[in-house]
Amino acid sequence: MNLSVRLKKPEKPLSCTKETSLKKEDFAKLYRFLKITRMFDEITVRLKRQAKITGGVFSSLGQEATAVGTCYALEERDFIAPLIRDIGACFVKGILPREIFASYLGRATSPNRGTDLQFHFADLKKGFIGPISHLGDMVSVMAGVLLASKMRREDRVAIAYVGEGATSTGAFHEGINFAAVQKLPLIVVVENNGYAYSTPTHKQCAAKHFVDKAVGYGILGLQVDGNDVVACYETAKKAVEYARSGNGSVLIEAITYRRKGHAEHDNQSYVPPGEIEWWAEHNDPIKRFELFLTEENIFSKEELLQIEKDVAEYLEEELTIAESAPSPEPITAAYDVFDNSIVPPAFKKKFLES
Amino acid sequence: MGKEVTLLEAIRQGLWEEMKRDESVFIIGEDVGIYGGAFKLTEGFIDEFGPERVIDTPISEAAIVGVACGAALMGMKPVAEFQFIDFISCGFDMLTNYAAKSRYRGCGAISAVFRGPCGSGVRGGPFHSLNAESFFLNTAGLKMVEPSTPYDAKGLIKAAIRDPDPVLFFEHKKLYRLPRIKQELPEEDYIVPIGKARIAREGKDLSIITFGAQVLNALDAAEILEKEDGLQVEVLDLRTLAPLDKPAILDTVKKTNRVIILHEASVTGGIGGEIAAIIAEEAFEWLDAPILRIGSIDTPVPFAPQLEDYYLPSIGEVVEAARRLANY
Ligand SMILES: Cc1ncc(C[n+]2csc(CCOP(=O)(O)OP(=O)(O)O)c2C)c(N)n1
Repeated sequence: MNLSVRLKKPEKPLSCTKETSLKKEDFAKLYRFLKITRMFDEITVRLKRQAKITGGVFSSLGQEATAVGTCYALEERDFIAPLIRDIGACFVKGILPREIFASYLGRATSPNRGTDLQFHFADLKKGFIGPISHLGDMVSVMAGVLLASKMRREDRVAIAYVGEGATSTGAFHEGINFAAVQKLPLIVVVENNGYAYSTPTHKQCAAKHFVDKAVGYGILGLQVDGNDVVACYETAKKAVEYARSGNGSVLIEAITYRRKGHAEHDNQSYVPPGEIEWWAEHNDPIKRFELFLTEENIFSKEELLQIEKDVAEYLEEELTIAESAPSPEPITAAYDVFDNSIVPPAFKKKFLES
Repeated sequence: MGKEVTLLEAIRQGLWEEMKRDESVFIIGEDVGIYGGAFKLTEGFIDEFGPERVIDTPISEAAIVGVACGAALMGMKPVAEFQFIDFISCGFDMLTNYAAKSRYRGCGAISAVFRGPCGSGVRGGPFHSLNAESFFLNTAGLKMVEPSTPYDAKGLIKAAIRDPDPVLFFEHKKLYRLPRIKQELPEEDYIVPIGKARIAREGKDLSIITFGAQVLNALDAAEILEKEDGLQVEVLDLRTLAPLDKPAILDTVKKTNRVIILHEASVTGGIGGEIAAIIAEEAFEWLDAPILRIGSIDTPVPFAPQLEDYYLPSIGEVVEAARRLANY
């Protein structure tokens, strides 16, 4: 999408696509996930300001629909590897806010027991494999997940999420090409949110559209308005059906926008004036969905407010659970490099006793 | 002499002056231009030197290193930045196979600098805390430096840029803006030669060989040992990690006869082992006690403060080890 086109005031307020098979209970769930995602974000920002979070805080403000909508098209047995702005996909996959809070806060109860941050953890039973920081790496890991599924005759598809910046890595290329050659049911969602840290899209990639990369890999490419949660769902559903029926991999380009800086410290001075405000005012995924839900008479404003209230309470409860958990015992740093029944933990040397 | 500057400012100054002095010097990396780099080290450079000499790249470390190699072959002087040294892993192939071996293979020297923030202790977790030196120590053809003072940082970045071979330049992010180490720098042009260590504190009873942020732990331990035990501890700041300053290492061992090697990376396979081997081979008769290595435990760098503090070497451990050596 061309920026000047983007920045024009839409003729009428943007809503969501009306061609959908989603039912009322799906809409309720989607709305709830979107709200959880946004409010979770707000809480982590608060915790960062209170210096309770020592690591980085990365926001998905304004792009919640991409992760939530696409992930909603998966079955329980399917897998995802989200990136830092896909916290919404984690919730859809059944990861609890308390687990991610605990990880952000470095608590012993975090699934990574404090060894790593954000949602850098995994829950294989829930089909969730958290990322590492190195961008692009998860694409081939997910190809491996699907290769195993194929070998074990298990019916499974997977989504690997990447930012548009990560498409520049060698790891991305090798992973997606591998999946394509093996005809693995991998769906790579490229979230084109305009910036990779401070780097605008045109400095990342000379192709006009990221979806065009699909041609080069010989796979199906789909493009979607990443701020339309219904369209994200429908597009992912199409991709899932295609992949599940043995047609191979899919690349989805979701066009969205990163309204916050790269992380909390980034003041976004490199962003042209008016751009963030335009997206906030005219193309906010949650506002669009609210408009859709009320215009289509699916939910009243009051009903939506009630969901919001419930989510706020739910998140505060989840936070309390996470915050009241203990910090890890220092010595546990030494555990689990290897299977400690075979290799002893990596305890510190004692210089005076030995 | 001007005002006191931080280590980060000292590197900025060195880079800036080299770019002024030599038009072939250019900067290449992720978000180094308008944004000025993740740590703002190159802030303002693009305004002065333009986007042709301060190049924002896609997220492609392999290409950044490869492009730097190619440009260096053609007579340019690239200074490539890794946003965090952890991402050097993505450029590992290019560094170890291309940059390191080019001269040896008769294909031309690669005069280029590869720099970035390294080090733990900032709650960065397993992927933003790396000390990478020992990954490269076993690769002939790469020089490595890591300054612990602003003076050395400026002198070494200049020396690295002027060096005819590839130099990995590690900058401990904990030192970047640390007020404690601020220094006034000379007005005139100077370099700190690559390959030369520095005595950070003189002593006669025991040596601590170290570098980077651990120099501060060594100095603090030395202070405690002087006050509480009357021990005079010598601290040798290596500054260059490859090639090692063997004469300086052997001199301090011969002077004090007791030695601790302290580094922040995990002990096993760390640079301390190499230094210990050099001492054992070449100064065995001078030793009055075993060589002790202190480093982080053999795990990834954990995130939670309680875990990272356990992981890292502490001043207390250095003091304990020194007492053991002193009483040996
Ligand atoms: C291999 C690698 N190089 C550099 C980084 C540092 N880094 C972290 S996030 C980021 C930008 C990511 O941009 P994008 O992939 O578009 O995702 P977004 O943040 O926009 O969601 C960079 C450069 C990294 N994590 N991994």
